[in-house]
Formats: sequence, C-alpha cells, structure tokens
Amino acid sequence: MARNLGGFLVLFLAISICEAASIFQPISDSHRSAALELFSPTDGSFGSLEETYEALRTFEILGIKKRPDISAASCQSVSETLGSSTLSLKDVFHALKVNSILKCKVNDETFQGVAKRLKAVLNDASSLLDFYYSIGSLVLIKDQNSGVDVLLHDADGVFRSIKALSQSDGRWRYSSNNPESSTYAAGLALEALAGTVSLASSEIDQSLIVTLKNDIVKLFDSIEKYDDGSFYFDEKLVDAREHQGPLSTTSSVVRGFTAFASVTSGSINVPGDKILGLAKFFLGIGIPGNSKDFFNQIDSLACLESNRVSVPLILSLPATVLSLTKKDQLKVKVNTVLGSSAPPLTVKLVRAFISGTKDSSVIESLELKFDPETAVHFLDVLPKSVDVGNYKFVFEIVLHDSEDKNVYATGGQTQVPVFVTGLIKIDNAEIAVLDSDHGSVETQKQLDLAGENAVSLSANHLQKLRLSFRLATPRGNIFKPHQAFLKLRHETKVEHIFVVGNSGKQFEIILDFLGLVEKFFYLSGRYDIELTVGDAVMENSFLRAVGHVELDLPEAPEKAPRPPPLAVDPSSRYGPKAEITHIFRSPEKRPPQELSLAFLGLTLLPLVGFLIGLLRIGVNLKNFPTSAVPATFALLFHLGIAAVLLLYVLFWLKLDLFITLKTLCFLGTFLMFVGHRILSHLASTSAKLKSA
Amino acid sequence: MVKSTSKEAHALFHSLRSAYAATPTNLKIIDLYVVFSVFTALIQVVYMAIVGSFPFNSFLSGVLSCIGTAVLAVCLRIQVNKENKEFKDLPPERAFADFVLCNLVLHLVIMNFLG
Repeated sequence: MARNLGGFLVLFLAISICEAASIFQPISDSHRSAALELFSPTDGSFGSLEETYEALRTFEILGIKKRPDISAASCQSVSETLGSSTLSLKDVFHALKVNSILKCKVNDETFQGVAKRLKAVLNDASSLLDFYYSIGSLVLIKDQNSGVDVLLHDADGVFRSIKALSQSDGRWRYSSNNPESSTYAAGLALEALAGTVSLASSEIDQSLIVTLKNDIVKLFDSIEKYDDGSFYFDEKLVDAREHQGPLSTTSSVVRGFTAFASVTSGSINVPGDKILGLAKFFLGIGIPGNSKDFFNQIDSLACLESNRVSVPLILSLPATVLSLTKKDQLKVKVNTVLGSSAPPLTVKLVRAFISGTKDSSVIESLELKFDPETAVHFLDVLPKSVDVGNYKFVFEIVLHDSEDKNVYATGGQTQVPVFVTGLIKIDNAEIAVLDSDHGSVETQKQLDLAGENAVSLSANHLQKLRLSFRLATPRGNIFKPHQAFLKLRHETKVEHIFVVGNSGKQFEIILDFLGLVEKFFYLSGRYDIELTVGDAVMENSFLRAVGHVELDLPEAPEKAPRPPPLAVDPSSRYGPKAEITHIFRSPEKRPPQELSLAFLGLTLLPLVGFLIGLLRIGVNLKNFPTSAVPATFALLFHLGIAAVLLLYVLFWLKLDLFITLKTLCFLGTFLMFVGHRILSHLASTSAKLKSA
Repeated sequence: MVKSTSKEAHALFHSLRSAYAATPTNLKIIDLYVVFSVFTALIQVVYMAIVGSFPFNSFLSGVLSCIGTAVLAVCLRIQVNKENKEFKDLPPERAFADFVLCNLVLHLVIMNFLG
C-alpha cells in the first residue's frame, strides 16, 4: 500500500514537471546576475579576444551598465593584434569585434593595412572559414572607420565562390575538398554572404539572391522539433572532431539568417512559427552553465528580437498556480524574447479544459483586460465554472494593428497548464464503533479535522470501526483528492494502511475487525489512528492524528502469522559504525636500569672468581704445542671456536636461522678438521709420554 | 661437647682439603668451572626473584646455559678422571672434543631461544 502511495506521488510529480517545462519565460534579471557571474574577468581581462567579445556583447545586449572595466587591457590587445605583421584571420576578426563595442583608438593606417591584407586573403580564399573571417572583418572595418576603402569590386565572384560550397539541402561544406556538409557551416556561410552583399560596390545579381533564399527555405525544412513546440537545428553527421551541439548550431544559423535578412529586401519564405519555435528553444534552455552557451543563447535571442522577417512574441504567466480562496487574478504577460514590451494587442483566453479531458471546456472565448501600467493582461475573477483542479488554458494573441501581423510572430494558440487551488471544506467528520451483527452504533464521536483531535475508542474483534467525512471545494462541489488514507499503528510500530473510498458524496471506510484479525497479527492493544488527505490543488492537505482505538483481539492460534520484523532504520544500517578502539597490551614493568646493570656486573663476578681460582691452582700453558704445525692448528682450533661463538652472537643480534646454519656448516667442518688434528696430536704425545 | 664437634668438623674439613689437594690440576680446573657456572646461574635466579621474570625466555636461556655447561663439565670430569675405570680406554682429548661439540650445540639452541 505504501508503495502504491509512493508510485502515485512519483507519477504525479513527473506529470507536473513535464507540464511545467513547456512554459517559456522571457529573459529576466536572473539572466543578468548569471551573466555577471559567468563572465568574470581574471586579472583585468578575459582569456582571449573571443571570450572578451562574448562577454562584452552579452553585457551590451542585457543592458548591464555595471560591467567590469577591462577596456584598457583589451584595447591594448586589440591594437597589438591589428598592428602585428603576421595576420591571423580569426584573431583579427575577434579584435575588430571587440573594437566595435569598446571603440578603442586605432589609427587609420592600421585599418588601411589590415583591410589591404584582408582583401588579399579574400582573393585567394578557398575555405569557408577564410571567407567568413575575412568578409566579417571587412564588414567590421566598414562600420568602424568609414574612411577605409573596403568595398568589393568582384562581389559577385566572391558570392559565387561561397555559394559553390553549398549543398542541395541547404547546408554547406567547409571547403571544396571536404565532402561533409554541416548546418553550422551553413550559418557561417549565410553570415559571410550577408557581409558580401553589404560590401558590394555595385548591386549583386538578383538571381543569386533568389537562389540563396530558396536555400534558406530548404535549410529550414531540415529543422527539428521538440514536443513543447520549440524548433532547433542539429548537425546530422556527428563528427567528434569538430562537433557543434544543437545550441551553437542553431545560434549559428540564426545569426546567418538574420544577418542575411537584414541586408536583402523582399520576403523570405520562412514561417513565423519556426522563428517563434527557435526563440522558444533558446528560452527553454533556462540559464546555461557555461559562458559560451550563455553567449550563444543571448546573442541569438538578440538577433531574433530585431530580425526583419518576424519578431517572436512570448506569452508567459507570472504564476501558473492560482488560488480560488485568495481570489488570485489570472495574469498574462506578452513580451519579446528579451523582455521588452509588445505592440498593442489583446490576449484571448480561447478555452480552458481540465487536463486529461480534451472535450469538455469550462471556459469559452474570454477576452483579457489590459493594465497599461504593469503591462499585464488579466482576468478579474475566474468564471464560476472553474473549480479547483489542473487545467489547460489556451491563449491567443490578437494584434491590434494589422501591419504588426507581418512583423510579429505570435504562434497562434498557446497552451499553458494552470493549477487552480483552494481551501477544501471538511465537514460531517465522525468516527464510530459499530456492533457487527445489527450495525447499531455503540460509540460515536464527531471529529474536527481542521484542528486537533484525541479520540479514544475501544472495540473488540466482533465490532467495526467506521470513519466518514465529506470534502467540498470552495465552489461547493464534491472534491475527490488524490490521496485519502487511514493508518492504524500498533504500539509495536506495526502499521496498516487503508484507502478511504468514496461513495458519491461522502468518504467512508468501515473496518470489520473480524476479517482483519489475521492481518493485524492478533495484536491486541492500542492502535493510533492517522488520517491523510492530500492533493496538489488542495491548499489544506493534512496528515493528522485522530486519536486511538483500544482493540481487544482473540489469542493467536498456533499457526498465526508472525508480525513482520520492523524495518531497520537505514541510517543505522548504512550509517557509520561505532569506532573501533585498538587495545594494546600495556608494556611490562621494567626494573630500573641501574639494578639490571648491577646484576650484569654481578654475573661477571664468578668469571673473575674463576680466573683467580685458575691462578691459585697454578694453571700454565706449558702443554701448548711448541712446534710450528701443531701450534698453528691449536691456534686455528681456538679461533674456530671463537668464530662459532661470534656467529652465535650475530645470530642473536641480526642474522636468521638459515644464514646461521649455512655458515655454521662451513665453520663446523673447519673446526672438526683442525680439532681432530690438534687433539689427535695431543693424544699421540700423551701416549708417547705414557709409553716412555 | 660443642667444642669436640667443632673440632671434629674442623678435622673433617682438614682431611677433605688435604684429600682434595691430591686431585689432579685438570680436574680442579673443571671443578672451578662448574662452580663458576652454577654461581652465574644463581645470580640470575636471584635477579629474577628481585625483579620478576618478564623476559622469561631470556631468563630461562641464561640459567639453562649455565646449568647446561655445568652438567656438561661434570660429564667431562667423569670421563677425564683416571680413577673411573669405566672410561679408562677413552682418551681425555676425545672427551674434550665431545665437550666442545655439545657446548656448541647447546649454545646454538640457547641463542635461538634468547629472543
């Protein structure tokens, strides 16, 4: 039963999360504070010129005035890059981009020199990146210094050579010898082509522009879609080496597309839904965690905000949870993606229906009022037909000015999940003990489920327990919560959970103890009663102790099931074990060192006595052999014994048994040999003496 | 009575001494050696009685080393003594070689046990 409850909650949460994900909010202050955190310079500058540009551009779009002061370091880097003799296209491009925001002091000659070299590069360019960086740089120079001649005389030729890299499906290749086509490259190509058009000294051939517009339409045919209505571009071929994620791919296409749209006249046949879908894609990301993604998101949204084809309008609700009890107003905001105000329009609530049931709509076609001060469209009072529950509200934006319809993309109808909550009235709550046979009431108590209760009942196994209550919504309708459980907990912590069923108007549960005796494991005694009533839209969901019932159940028969062992507290099972303290044997008591040394001296005393005794007896060494060979052997014999004793001392001090035994083998053999020689010599001399 | 017993004891000691003086020098050396060993062992036992037998194996090896050499020396004395007819054919050099060998083996064990 408890598992069912858990499953219910998980399912419910999953549903609510899924639904919440389809609401898009325009860029707000949370983005601004996140930007300041993500783009924080180290030592007065960002890592590279590219990162510097991304930071500056993001601050500029978000209108952050209090940005970190990095202009000194960055301007120096810009003039170094532009003035250097070796031309790195990418660096020059990003240096010029930084300069377009910071307006550093760069003299005309530098611009002239760079422009001249860029044109030279452009003439020999063959790869898409070369075109992109050189044309992009020339456009930037044109914007920054009008005195420099950057106009292309062979713009048609450049246009054609970039166009030559395009594929039939609207995507582009990076170079002519690279067969792989890429959507990211298409975005770069469109931006380069837009630059070419703006740099052209004479009008570009219109037929080229028309074919390119067709290419763009084809490219938008390959757009991908999420279920929540957002559109995005992704690389079809996943190349690990230079793979761009959906975010950077989409933002590249958006940049290229909007740049191209701004330099050409005439309509581009891209539906407003797709542009709105792209905006939703960028907004749906929320706040990206890294600066590159953040820049891509903000820059693309800025491009969409000011694009010429159609400007997406985002409908958002400040709160999707409305309380009937507090009489919350339904408020709707309509903004552009960056949060600026929309043209005059009316928001219509087309219909609203309880989620899960498509057909029965509770509201049909209501027009929201507009409050110009707060720029909020609102509905004063929710209609009587709206009671607590989960609803889907369908809104539609109606633009007042018919000309605006060409400029803005509203995306038709927008479906928003809305939770209407309220305080649920609980009445007629009572608990009673009934006699089993005729159902006559033995004891009956009224309950106040809004407050504290301490009912004390007693029953035996021949009786029944009845609990009943009634729930009503603020509109007076019957309310059926997701969860209504009754829990009985025995003194020994054995729990039983019952679902409280509803019979039409009333919630009621009857526990027939006769049938439950086995389930209760024949455990007599006090049972605490707990009632849980809960729902997402019920503002006063509760889990309340009602009181207790003293149960008198029969003795357990022999084969009765045993109550299950209590669940072990996970913190005790997986928590830290008690620390093991190691007990070491306390060192033996040692005598004072002086005493031991004194006894060492004492043990030497008998030796001294022995030597004195020897002298007293009159020992001499006259028997020591005098001739050379036996004397040598005698000496060697004594040395051998000394060596063996020394070996023993070494064995005691450091050697192990194996080394000792090996050495002893050699020493023993040697000793046997010399010992035998000397002793037999002595024996023979003594024998000679005897015989003589 | 007391005087006579002391006199007799004195006479007994005197006769013992004079009889012992006739013992050959090499036997006297062995006797002295036995006494030296036993005394060394006694001192260690006294030390144990005062201090305690904590490194018990060290104490055992020390005492047994002394007792062991004393026993071996007694054996040597028995074999070397010319009065003992039993060992008449055994040359004293052979007995000494046995003594040395036994001592070496004993002390190998002692050293192993010393710890």
